[in-house]
Amino acid sequence: MKHTLQIGLFSLRDVSRNMWALIYTAFFALVTIGLFQFQGHSAKVTVSIMSICLILIPLVSVLFGTMHFYNLREFIELMLTQPVKRRTVYWGMYLGLATALVSGFLIGVGIPFLLFGLGNNPQIISLLVLLLIGSILTLIFLAVSFLIAAFFDDRGKGIASALAFWLVTALLYDGLVLFIATAFSEYPLEKPLLILSLANPIDLARVTLLVQSDIAALMGYTGAVFNRFFGTAVGVTIATLSLFVWVAAPLAMGLLRFRRKDF
Amino acid sequence: MIEISHLHKRFGKFAALQDISLSIMRGKVTGIIGPNGSGKTTLIKSVLGLVHPTSGKLSVNGLILNGDAEYRRGIGYMPQLARFPQDLKGWEILNMVKRVRGEQPPREKELIELFELKPELDKRIRALSGGNRQKLSVVISCMYDPDLLIFDEPTAGLDPVSSTRLKDFILSLKQNNKTVIMASHIMSDIEELADDVVLLLDGRIRFNGSIRDLKLRTGQPVLERAIVDILEENAA
Repeated sequence: MKHTLQIGLFSLRDVSRNMWALIYTAFFALVTIGLFQFQGHSAKVTVSIMSICLILIPLVSVLFGTMHFYNLREFIELMLTQPVKRRTVYWGMYLGLATALVSGFLIGVGIPFLLFGLGNNPQIISLLVLLLIGSILTLIFLAVSFLIAAFFDDRGKGIASALAFWLVTALLYDGLVLFIATAFSEYPLEKPLLILSLANPIDLARVTLLVQSDIAALMGYTGAVFNRFFGTAVGVTIATLSLFVWVAAPLAMGLLRFRRKDF
Repeated sequence: MIEISHLHKRFGKFAALQDISLSIMRGKVTGIIGPNGSGKTTLIKSVLGLVHPTSGKLSVNGLILNGDAEYRRGIGYMPQLARFPQDLKGWEILNMVKRVRGEQPPREKELIELFELKPELDKRIRALSGGNRQKLSVVISCMYDPDLLIFDEPTAGLDPVSSTRLKDFILSLKQNNKTVIMASHIMSDIEELADDVVLLLDGRIRFNGSIRDLKLRTGQPVLERAIVDILEENAA
């Protein structure tokens, strides 16, 4: 554990000096401040930030994680020639990168909110849910990026797979579900659609955010089904648990692959 | 010191190492030579546990490699490419290795002075030249004064002064009864430093013995020509 923290700390120090990590934080800060300036009312800002988070966090996390892993390949080799276990290096790298990106998001969104947006209690809850879901999405897509990078030796294939994963989960998935729902509209589809909504972390995040915010229009097809079937409390609990499974499963598979990998 | 027995490594259909059996004795410099893709780096990485053998046994100081990492405390490794996190400074990289190892390196200062690295340590890695990164890699590999040192193309990218200093340093390691494994394409370096050579071709050992024996066997007075003779003999 001590070595994991040490590697995590060095990884965090490296990433926090990376220009793109700083741009990521600055982007969130500028967008949040800009939205407060233009929209004024913080409930609207929360919804706008949600929409941006659902697209941007997965994209940046999965791409940044994959590229970071490839960029550090020789350094990983150096660490693995020291008397440390592979799992220590893996967890340390994940810990460092996750801390950097989650902090970037929390600072970028959280500080402008604290400065401009906190007028009443419901807004605090919305902000906290938004920050929590954004952080979990970061952890999920970083975990997926580590799995992808541990699986593919070829950098090009790794980055293409990361982009493809994002494209499917962020853009194509809801369309596909809608197509299935239309094509098989004569059949009882609620349960299959529920299972499908659990299979996409962005859908899950959207459901958790919007069930809580009660804005059905932005739920997407699976989100609407999810909400109707489970209702608010059970739905949010199931979605949140599923999100944690989405962090743990790719991380565990990535670690398994990393331990067997040839460097 | 290192015992390798019937080692095989396949990457998919490609056989990188085939039936490698080898003993590397303490206190000697062993040169691993062969054309590109002959399996030199794979063999070195197998000893380091970076590559998992498909079959065969490998032991370092009597310990059979089984995934445990602690045996690497006695090994220093300098990779072919000295790449580090771009946004960290040289001294931060050294600190990280020290923290991970949990002990103070006895030869750190001496090596930093030897390779005149002190002014470079406060710069970010992205600002360092390839040669200075290589020097940092030498310091990391040798600062704990390990019994086994593994160098992959150690002098590539070094200026003549640093290259000579590194070669002198490797000779001093030999005098101090350290075991050195060195993969290189520079035959003059191998001839100058190595006692024994292991010649690999297509993942198989084609020659394993002293440089003197290799020259006697081929009748060639120069190592490079002796190796070419063996390679041509195998191609025929």
